[in-house]
Amino acid sequence: MRVEKHPVLGDLPEAKLVTITVDGRRIQAREGEVIAAALSAAGIRAFRKTPIHHKPRGLFCAIGRCTDCAMTVDGVPNVRTCVTRVREGMEIETQDGLGKWGEGK
Amino acid sequence: MTYQTQVAIIGAGPAGLSAALEVAKQGGKVMVFDENDRAGGQLFKQIHKFFGSGHHGAGVRGIRLGQQLLEQCIQSGVEICLSTVVFGIFPGNELGIVKDGRSHTVKADKILIAAGAGEKPLAFPGWDLPGVMGAGAAQTMVNINRVRPGNRILTIGSGNVGLVVSYQLLQAGASVAGIVEGLPKINGYAVHANKLMRQGVPVYLSHTVIEARGDGQVEEAVIAEVGPGFVPIEGTEQTLSVDTICLAVGLTPSVELPRMAELAMVHLPKMGGYIPLHDSHMRSSNPDIYVAGDVAGIEEASTAMEEGKLAGVSMAEALGLVSAQRARELAGEIEERIGELRIGSHGDARRMAKEEIVRGYEAWLAKQK
Repeated sequence: MRVEKHPVLGDLPEAKLVTITVDGRRIQAREGEVIAAALSAAGIRAFRKTPIHHKPRGLFCAIGRCTDCAMTVDGVPNVRTCVTRVREGMEIETQDGLGKWGEGK
Repeated sequence: MTYQTQVAIIGAGPAGLSAALEVAKQGGKVMVFDENDRAGGQLFKQIHKFFGSGHHGAGVRGIRLGQQLLEQCIQSGVEICLSTVVFGIFPGNELGIVKDGRSHTVKADKILIAAGAGEKPLAFPGWDLPGVMGAGAAQTMVNINRVRPGNRILTIGSGNVGLVVSYQLLQAGASVAGIVEGLPKINGYAVHANKLMRQGVPVYLSHTVIEARGDGQVEEAVIAEVGPGFVPIEGTEQTLSVDTICLAVGLTPSVELPRMAELAMVHLPKMGGYIPLHDSHMRSSNPDIYVAGDVAGIEEASTAMEEGKLAGVSMAEALGLVSAQRARELAGEIEERIGELRIGSHGDARRMAKEEIVRGYEAWLAKQK
């Protein structure tokens, strides 16, 4: 799903890779990219479950406004993954409802 | 701690940065705050060439205009505070900000709110499935994050955002199954629509989306023709196999801070919703607070930059940094350029809506006396 070649922006520049964990699964991310980009590139589209009906939700605005992409990151719930950058060893969990402190770490 | 500045600007997008540059040129101290970790607002995802004439940066891609503006601001001594959330605006021209998990206060002589806008959602069965997203979100994903949000796209709305983003998704290697438009005609510029039609992208005029279906994510979209009053016509439904539905159904101004500051507002559906009333030089109902860009009514980036400059000149004059006569000259030049951006069938409607905002401001002012 990565845009490797682009007629205006050119080739995707080389980047150092980091490893992050999503619900226990290890995936490779490009250093400095936002979590939502790494997940989308890995084909992951459901980021959280809604509080009442536990229905999956994913990326919606991608600029940090709508909070639909909130996940639990290193034990902190409600992190907006579209504006939070990956770090080596980051532990990310699908968030159920409002999430709980301490999950994922 | 408490920061002190002559001008505090909320939002480092096209309007905020343009205003900052204008104040800094007149020797004013400016601090710009933005919650993002990069400046430029939404300019850096505009990889297409802009329209207008030479002095609007026509023929230059938005991404380059953003870089130029940012460089000029930094050279002029504008202080840009990134990863900084402005959480509140309080009496006495005080802003509450949070940076690195700590809160601080900013006291400013003049404040400009250039907070921009957010995408409007569209509710239909299945719209909450992963894979239904704002068109701007898809644009951010491909042009900034360099990841396709999906491989087979359906776009709802044929305004310029819907058309431009659909084309940029093609450029990023996705396929576009179609563009759905409720009106019987394409809503955006023909030049954008033609690029898509040359690529064989079907445009479904007088159609709407009925439902998104899928197990845990979008797998198909049901669309149907609409009759009078945009009511779907039974029997015209068709199912398209798509994994992503991009909603390009308009933007709404981000007016949380104007509301908190109790600025007088007007509801104008044409401009995206509630808009702070302002005079012709961008001053709101609070004489120390100015507004510019999409928060002052949804338009586009070129106009946002000009409105920012106008607000900048207006604030510089109010601070005594520039004479009234020089300010009038500068404002006159800017207004002429804004006028050129508000022409044509879409531009005329925006110009009339902006005039309604200014008339609303004048009526509000008359009541205060």
